[in-house]
Amino acid sequence: MSLTIQFVPYHEIESLGSARRVKKLIDIVKENKIVMLQGRLKKEEEADLIAITMEEIGSKFKGIELAVVNPESKDAHIFNKIKNNFFGMILGDRQGLTIIGPASVVKEIKKDPNKIELYTQESRKRKK
Amino acid sequence: MISIFRNFVNKVLRSLFSKKKHVKLGLYGPPNGGKTTLANRICQDWLGEDMGKVSNIAHETREVQIKEQINIKNSEGKELSFNLVDTPGIATKIDFEEFIRAGLKEKEAKQRAKEATKGIIDSIKWLDEMDTVIIVLDATKDPLSQVNITIIGNLQARNIPVMIVANKIDLRKASIKKVQSAFPQYEVIGISAKFGKNIDQFYEALFAMAG
Repeated sequence: MSLTIQFVPYHEIESLGSARRVKKLIDIVKENKIVMLQGRLKKEEEADLIAITMEEIGSKFKGIELAVVNPESKDAHIFNKIKNNFFGMILGDRQGLTIIGPASVVKEIKKDPNKIELYTQESRKRKK
Repeated sequence: MISIFRNFVNKVLRSLFSKKKHVKLGLYGPPNGGKTTLANRICQDWLGEDMGKVSNIAHETREVQIKEQINIKNSEGKELSFNLVDTPGIATKIDFEEFIRAGLKEKEAKQRAKEATKGIIDSIKWLDEMDTVIIVLDATKDPLSQVNITIIGNLQARNIPVMIVANKIDLRKASIKKVQSAFPQYEVIGISAKFGKNIDQFYEALFAMAG
């Protein structure tokens, strides 16, 4: 089984409104591809992503697996956090990585500060 | 920093409970965390009746349910009044085949999946309606799932005060510490909604927030 990972640079969604951003990402996932988005969606857009995913669920599309990897350390200095939030508001949140996979392909995404593990449905079957 | 944030949340909550007559207290979380079990516990304790049906099969609650005008009292005679809103569990995927594996017939499973997707959309829409939210998490599961982070992040973005309940502490695998370390900026109360363990502590936490 082969997996296709599509990288989406932030500038590709930058000029889009929230609804079109989310739709663009879901359309890629519905092609059975794993999206690797530079940066992250706004918090409200993440909720919209779940809501729109639910609207799209049907016999072939079962939903998504989602993980947001944020590089900001919990111990980051308050000044750096304010600076990042400020630039994030102006330029969009380009920090980190958002991974969205079709649930029919990706069973689970596990995050670790240093690594991301994608468990596929195939690996689940093998374990049995 | 954390204590400043927690104090701020408590202050906001206190002003909410004291000013609004019909505070909407929402129960949110992933499926099978025990939201309806907690809702039933609250309703049984103060109204003597259940709020909804519970099941081991996920997505038993597929519609937003409201119990109006719940008045709770503590040992000091203080009263707290709110409308309790039990919401369908939020998930990123729904597969009817999982319901079949759980024992449902195909037709039932498909119907449940269809209703569950609608329920999730409604839960998200209702976020804006809430005055304060209790996140109900299964303390035996990894608390750092993206769904939990997304729900809490959205409540934070909407300035809605949050309390986290680590449910199912009667189970051996439960870890309140894991939930606390995942969300250090929030108050976490470990309970067993099913058996009523620590439920008094939960009510006290509600009173403490209300002031």
